Amino acid sequence: MINTIVQGILLGGYYALIAAGLSFMFSVMRIINLAHGSLAVLAAYGLLVLAQTYGISPFLGLLIVLPAMAVLGLILQRLVLDRAMRAGQLVPILATFGLAIVIDNTLFEFFGANTRSLGNFIGALAYDSIELPGKIYVGKVAVGVFVLAVIVLVGLQLFLSFTRYGRAIRATAEDPDTAGLVGINARTANAVASAIALATVGLAGAALGMRVTFTAYSGAEQLLFAFEAAVIGGTGSIWGTLIGGIVLAVAQSIGATVSPQGFLPAGHAIFFVVLLVRIWLAGGLGAFLTRRA
Amino acid sequence: MSALSIRNLNLHHGLLHAVRDVSLEIASGEVVTLVGANGAGKTTLLRAIAGAHPPSSGAMMLDGKDITTIPAHRRVGMGVALVPEGRRLFTQMSVEENLELGRMSGRPGPWTIDKVIETFPNLDARRKARAGTLSGGEQQATAIGRALMSNPSVLLLDEVSLGLSPIAVERLYDSLGALMKSGTTILLVEQDLTRAMRAASRVVCMLEGRIVLEGATTNLPREKVTEAYFGLNRERAMA
Repeated sequence: MINTIVQGILLGGYYALIAAGLSFMFSVMRIINLAHGSLAVLAAYGLLVLAQTYGISPFLGLLIVLPAMAVLGLILQRLVLDRAMRAGQLVPILATFGLAIVIDNTLFEFFGANTRSLGNFIGALAYDSIELPGKIYVGKVAVGVFVLAVIVLVGLQLFLSFTRYGRAIRATAEDPDTAGLVGINARTANAVASAIALATVGLAGAALGMRVTFTAYSGAEQLLFAFEAAVIGGTGSIWGTLIGGIVLAVAQSIGATVSPQGFLPAGHAIFFVVLLVRIWLAGGLGAFLTRRA
Repeated sequence: MSALSIRNLNLHHGLLHAVRDVSLEIASGEVVTLVGANGAGKTTLLRAIAGAHPPSSGAMMLDGKDITTIPAHRRVGMGVALVPEGRRLFTQMSVEENLELGRMSGRPGPWTIDKVIETFPNLDARRKARAGTLSGGEQQATAIGRALMSNPSVLLLDEVSLGLSPIAVERLYDSLGALMKSGTTILLVEQDLTRAMRAASRVVCMLEGRIVLEGATTNLPREKVTEAYFGLNRERAMA
């Protein structure tokens, strides 16, 4: 049981890492990016190509893939999100949903249905483990991803709280019109935010590829886990996102020990319960849906 | 040369023609009050000068440079700062963070957080407080401070006394007094006619989107302003 919980906590680190970018984008731009998971898978394929074709280790490959993802974020903001946001709240959701389909199918076109992993390119690290007291073995990659998630979450929080750009991004999130009146270019602020969000997506893609396997259509599942973690933890708080990821993953791990089919249902069940509790605490569905206004 | 020059400006809110063919010259260091009833177009005019409302036609010049098509965030760097109606603070952020944001344009000048707090001493105890938790007077002081942090050459103040207690208004104008003598060009929207005429050297009165009366506060009888304000004897006021 303790082993299950420990493994669940580490898996929760991965969920928190992928949820970080999703909740960052939601809290600063009010955009639910449904292409989030597919973009993570895209980054994983990017690392795979660099490793397979050019022999670049996935760790060094991040030096190329992360800036590329950040640039993709800038382009995405300028060409899709900025325009979609001006057309209303629903349009960015539809636009990113469409983008997810395009990415998934393009990846399928190029890479086919084979299951891939970055594990082959990181040597013994892929299966090395650390022994904890009580004969519990944890994978080095899993521990690394957990630590990375904490670093990313704390880093995002520090950036938003204490830097000039962080303040500009928060101001734009709260009131873009007034942000302009104090000298902030709202488009630039949102572009920087998108670039940062997509860089964290790149890290999540690397974590996905090193921990487990992926296919061209893995994006939807990653999005679902990120979304559930973000909702369980509540957006806009770093520890909330981490706890959300951990709660989801521990529930899934315990579900899997109860029944081999229990992994996904247990995760969805905890998500549903937390959602109901949040609605109840907010004082009903109406109050829950309008609480931001 | 005028610090701010507005020529034949027309502004629309959809189908509503809010500001009609307005021309206005403000000299450097001058303090001008804009008065007029609700809906006269004062706020729209101020927002257009700040760059937050694109004009349908006409031109705006700042120190001789055409700024008509320049977006709001770049006008701040050129020296235009608006204290918007309703204060519009970033309520989730602290007083200091709001003031710090005023510095985003990077325009050099004398204003610092400490100097703002020296000007508005009531903010001293509230530096770390969230702007949303402040009293009306403290919020207004923060909003003015935020505008000052961009070291403006033209400061636009929109109804800074709105919703404040008489004591808070008194204190605010005491603090603004020094600012008005400091050489900053100020365009002020004020509902209180007595205060408006006392604070400024010139009064501009708007009615239904047009300027119907303007003149130096010293030789303009109050009754005449009131008539223009309400649109009584329109021909006489226009003369």
